[in-house]
Amino acid sequence: MLELLYGVFVGPVKDMVTGPAFLAEVVIGGLAAGLMYSLVALGFVLIYKASGVFNFAQGVMVLFAALTLVGLMERGAPLVLALLVTMAVMGALAFAIERVVLRPLVNQEQIILFMATIGLNFFLEGFGELVWGSNVKKLDVGIPDSSFVVWGVQVNRLELTAAITAAVLVAGMAIFFQRTRIGRALRAVADDHEAALSIGIPLNTIWVVVWSAAGLVAIVAGIMWGAKSGVQFSLSLIALKALPVLILGGFTSVPGAIVGGLIIGVGEKLAEVYWGPLVGGAIENWFAYVLALAFLLVRPQGLFGERIIERV
Amino acid sequence: MIYREAGQFKSTYASDQALFPIRQDRVVVGLAVAAAVIAVPLVADEYWLQAVLIPFLIYSLAALGLNLLTGYAGQVSLGTGGFMAVGAYSAFKLASAFPGLSVLVVFLLAGLVTALIGLVFGLPSLRIKGFYLAVATLAAQFFLLWLFNKVAWFTDYASSGTITAPPRTVASIMVTGPAATAPVRYLTALAFVAVFALIAKNLVRGRVGRSWMAIRDRDIAAEIIGVRPLRTKLLAFAISSFFCGVAGAEYVFLYLGSAETLAFDINVSFLVLFMVIIGGLGSILGSFLGAAFIVMVPIFLTNVPHLLGLAMPVALQKQIELMVFGGLIILFLIVEPHGLARLWQIAKEKLRLWPFPY
Amino acid sequence: MREPTGPPSVTSGVPLLEVDEVSVRFGAIQALDRVSLEIERGEIVAIIGPNGAGKTTLLNVVSGFYHPSEGRIRFEGRDRTRLRPYDVAALGVARTFQNVALFKGMSVLDNIMTGRLLKMRGSFLLEALYWGPAMQQELLHRAFVERIIDFLEIEAIRKAGAGTLPYGLQKRVELARALAAEPKLLLLDEPMAGMNVEEKEDMCRFILGVNDEFGTTIALIEHDMSVVMDISDRVIALDYGRKIADGRPEEVRADQGVIDAYLGVSHA
Repeated sequence: MLELLYGVFVGPVKDMVTGPAFLAEVVIGGLAAGLMYSLVALGFVLIYKASGVFNFAQGVMVLFAALTLVGLMERGAPLVLALLVTMAVMGALAFAIERVVLRPLVNQEQIILFMATIGLNFFLEGFGELVWGSNVKKLDVGIPDSSFVVWGVQVNRLELTAAITAAVLVAGMAIFFQRTRIGRALRAVADDHEAALSIGIPLNTIWVVVWSAAGLVAIVAGIMWGAKSGVQFSLSLIALKALPVLILGGFTSVPGAIVGGLIIGVGEKLAEVYWGPLVGGAIENWFAYVLALAFLLVRPQGLFGERIIERV
Repeated sequence: MIYREAGQFKSTYASDQALFPIRQDRVVVGLAVAAAVIAVPLVADEYWLQAVLIPFLIYSLAALGLNLLTGYAGQVSLGTGGFMAVGAYSAFKLASAFPGLSVLVVFLLAGLVTALIGLVFGLPSLRIKGFYLAVATLAAQFFLLWLFNKVAWFTDYASSGTITAPPRTVASIMVTGPAATAPVRYLTALAFVAVFALIAKNLVRGRVGRSWMAIRDRDIAAEIIGVRPLRTKLLAFAISSFFCGVAGAEYVFLYLGSAETLAFDINVSFLVLFMVIIGGLGSILGSFLGAAFIVMVPIFLTNVPHLLGLAMPVALQKQIELMVFGGLIILFLIVEPHGLARLWQIAKEKLRLWPFPY
Repeated sequence: MREPTGPPSVTSGVPLLEVDEVSVRFGAIQALDRVSLEIERGEIVAIIGPNGAGKTTLLNVVSGFYHPSEGRIRFEGRDRTRLRPYDVAALGVARTFQNVALFKGMSVLDNIMTGRLLKMRGSFLLEALYWGPAMQQELLHRAFVERIIDFLEIEAIRKAGAGTLPYGLQKRVELARALAAEPKLLLLDEPMAGMNVEEKEDMCRFILGVNDEFGTTIALIEHDMSVVMDISDRVIALDYGRKIADGRPEEVRADQGVIDAYLGVSHA
């Protein structure tokens, strides 16, 4: 019994303290993974903030973007051209989604839209595999997956680039939502579709814009993931991991998605490395969800989310 | 004209609230039951029983369970696979620990264990609603599967990490194990799902069902009327998990023969959810229709190209399956969110008037 | 089940409901400000006031949906300020809502039957079999609900889906659901909103009938002054979360403060 308590509470902490450089590397690894989650979650937040739809298919959109990019490059297109074409494809996808899925379901309950995006998820998974094939592909964006050493700690170039890109994206989105007219219109749409329509906001255009923007975020996320671990179908499972991120960060908060992602990423890695060996490993499978669950019980709206006040 | 209710007057509330108030319905159901019990085992061949009918019955049971929780009580759950796994692994442990215990009792006890687990994972539902709850049930899904994977005790320390259904008899007829014939397993699954469907129907048309639907439709007003939310939701989780647990036990004992945790992964949860959505949320019949539909799609995709003389590689079939499922979900949600069950109801309405148009 | 008891005698003694210096805040907004009132057994009390005066909040606090930040609430003499809504319902308080809160996924009959939920003692095992005592109970409650359906003249729509009904009928079904609970205190939030003259007359008839035959105490929020004058024993007026008048309908109608509130004369 005592041994168990020691193993759970004392041992791992001791390991952390006695190996600070290793701890730092684990944390950085966690931050990098977390950043990937954050990027996916960002796409969610974008769509939810602007159209009130919880897009379960965001992960598969990341995969789809990456697949398209890699597929084009494999066929000889240079990076820049491939990128432009991929952006066009994601835009077309957004258009199609708006037409086929969103428009007929306007003003339905959230849960119906959520389930429609689950359907979309499966459809795009099958479609992506159909078009591009199912083997793992290597994505080369010209940034070497090598590390350099700073203050005794290894830093990976690719991960650093990802971090900087994400920061730029987030800053851009924050400004967009808060300062511009379109941003304000988007927030109105997220609040109430019918009301927004009635004051003349062009719902359909807005949705195409928003889902294209989410597509752009998906491309970035796809590139980062794909460059790191190859473009493969486990990428769509990332969507599921992004859900706990959203719970931690709140569904409508851009900074929340980032912070939530980082917390989940670091938390997962720490749990796996330091507590994993106690129970045979693979804690990463469920840690994020259980953490989110615990969080929900304490603070249902997440770290940055808005408090829900119910009226009768 | 055929399906007229005229002349069938109800003079007591009891007859009005009967399960099948219309005479024609009673006849049809009677015939269907007779066909299922007598005709099918005689006529159907091994393939149909093994690949279509038995999984259909088992999935129907799971869909019934999920429908009670999500369709009637409004609590979204993505943890069905996990709960089925609990049923399967408990049944395995119980069967190996108590070899003298009737396998029918083993199934019911496995369901009970799953109900208790379901209660635990249902506790968050008091604070959390909607798709937040869906994420919480994901925690159940992933954690339970990890548990069964990691802790060797659950597989009786088998090196292969799989659980295998031991051979068991009921009244000297082999029901599980390699010697059990398909018709016997079919009838067992049929018996279970029929009894459970009846129980579900009775619950749903009475006090319990009404309190579930009240919470689903307007939980705040329900509370003000006197419905106790935690009790109501927990009951839904418990009963639903019971159904899914028995389905999970049947999945291994009557269908697969042996399985590992992969058989209960997140895809199963989605599959059962699709059955419930396509079949009709909040409909007992819908659970069956949805299960039938989902079971038939891969069969259809395997056989139709063959009949047409086209060759369809396996990978392509899988991809088209995914696309078809996804596309159909969207189609149903747009066209008929109440699923096949509502389409069936509309068909019956039309039958009432046929051959007149209105 | 309760039989009609005849017209109530409005007695003094312990009031059915006492609201004692109750305040409710939402953040910076003071929805109710030290409101005190009493409702006697058997009375019909109308609560009036301009929009935003706090009328619905008052009903919500009595229902237990909000808990007051200050003050106490007593029902039949006993303090029940911090009860949960379902416990308040169990005490004998039923209500209808401003935006009709019917269960759209159920039929009219089932909606009204949910009103009986508190009266149903269930053995869920027997219910699973729908046999014996479970079935008997179900049928008894069905019989009671049918009497309410008769009373409110909604026989024709009993199997209709609640979400498919026109607004006026929905309100009537909501009243039926509240009556099904055999409440001691019935709280009605704008029961006649959006109705035409005929429908309002019917509703008035039903409300008076409920009070007359079953002795149910009724508190209703109402904007139509002719209705208020016609059916209420007493009128309470609220403005900006404060009680500004409390007395017989003729008195309150003539009260200058009430007139000012409705005409929009600003208050400090």
